[in-house]
Amino acid sequence: MSEWKKRDLLTLGSLSKEEINHILRTAESFKEISTRSIKKVPALRGKTIASLFFEASTRTRTSFELAAKRLSADVVSIHSSNSSVLKGETLIDTARNIEAMSVDGIIIRHSSAGAPRVLSGKVSVPVINAGDGAHEHPTQGLLDIFTIRQKKKKIEGLKVSIVGDILHSRVARSNIWGLSKLGAEVCVCGPATLLPPFIERFPVKVTTSLKEALAGADVVMALRIQLERQKERFFPTLREYSREYGIDKEKIKLAKKDVLIMHPGPVNRGIELSQDVIDGPRSVILEQVTNGVAVRMAVLYLLLQKEETNGSIS
Amino acid sequence: MSLNDDKIIMDKEQIKRALFRISHEILEKNKGTKNLAIIGIRNKGAYLAARMAGYIKEIDSKTVPVGILDITLYRDDLTTIAWQPIVRKTEIDFDITSKNIILVDDVLFTGRTIRCALDALIDFGRPKNIQLAILIDRGHRELPIRADYVGKNVPTSLNQTVDVSLIGADAVDKVSVRKVDK
Repeated sequence: MSEWKKRDLLTLGSLSKEEINHILRTAESFKEISTRSIKKVPALRGKTIASLFFEASTRTRTSFELAAKRLSADVVSIHSSNSSVLKGETLIDTARNIEAMSVDGIIIRHSSAGAPRVLSGKVSVPVINAGDGAHEHPTQGLLDIFTIRQKKKKIEGLKVSIVGDILHSRVARSNIWGLSKLGAEVCVCGPATLLPPFIERFPVKVTTSLKEALAGADVVMALRIQLERQKERFFPTLREYSREYGIDKEKIKLAKKDVLIMHPGPVNRGIELSQDVIDGPRSVILEQVTNGVAVRMAVLYLLLQKEETNGSIS
Repeated sequence: MSLNDDKIIMDKEQIKRALFRISHEILEKNKGTKNLAIIGIRNKGAYLAARMAGYIKEIDSKTVPVGILDITLYRDDLTTIAWQPIVRKTEIDFDITSKNIILVDDVLFTGRTIRCALDALIDFGRPKNIQLAILIDRGHRELPIRADYVGKNVPTSLNQTVDVSLIGADAVDKVSVRKVDK
């Protein structure tokens, strides 16, 4: 029987442990499809998905589109740079117009936190949050947890340290919620200026010392310095940031021997992580990307392959 | 027999004999195990496939590759059933191209599951041929599909259901027929 009841995927903060596990289990089954020579199954044949990206993206947009296509759904992509948004159309109007063309689901990325939730109240089809401001990026959180679980065989009891620009990071917030619900011990680390106010209200340990964050860590997740979001200066120079919070081969020795190095991408090479760490044996950065397609296939399948009609089983 | 009583139509021994006979028939028809592979349809077909591979090994001392097919994503009734089936893994770690594939399932009914399985299999490669082995054929086909190997033909009515229990998935080996209220 289905354990999935929700219409939308907006945040990990609002999901239960069981719901997160159900998505991850379903993703396990989808992983194999991308290894076939014919990478396509007919599960969402005849469904149409609109992806609305009001912010730049390579990985997430491509990953969602490949996921939809591998399930045989049709995808239409709308980018803010070449849409009526430039003519002053509001988000809600854009979405309603797209819904009026009978789409079965909407994937949205927006620079404003909460935009997907507002949208979900205005349309009748499933809405999937592909990143909203500094709020959440639930599918990234899910694929990170999926990757950790695949490598470590468990989540409970692991020490996961998230290092860098926590203030602007929606990836950090989704991971904090998801990982803590599954029983990991999450630690966030960064310069005080890049730690959000009230961070102590999240279920995390907070530190400004990289040494403390790395010590005994099972997983280290480095975050990108989001220069495009920084209208004021949070640290004197990039070089100074890199010296204090950049992770290299020497510093990573503080973590457990079998530590996993993760990064949601795109990486500023040599700033958050040194070259040899990015390309080193403990790095699972590209596996995160591979797993992203399976996780998004699972999410699309669970949300879109649901009809309210009754019928018989045969 | 009262209305909802189970009627056991096969017990442990009968299931074993039927599978053993089918294994012999497969070897006879395919002249041995060359290019042979067995693929069971989740859930019960996978257990039957593993058992048949065991019997073939007993008879011919040869190991044949065994795979598991999950057909959930190929179902044609996904939008008409109220519940959402759980998707599980397909595990076929060999190339099916040019192989003689024995597709195995527990009950052959409308034929729609087999239609899904054929679609799914063909996405993996181009087998030389696909043969169908079934433990119970209960009739009521809705598609032009028939089995090459049948454990037992059981005439049923549409208000009956056939339950196959197999050790591994269940506590005992048995096949029973029961009436369902519609």
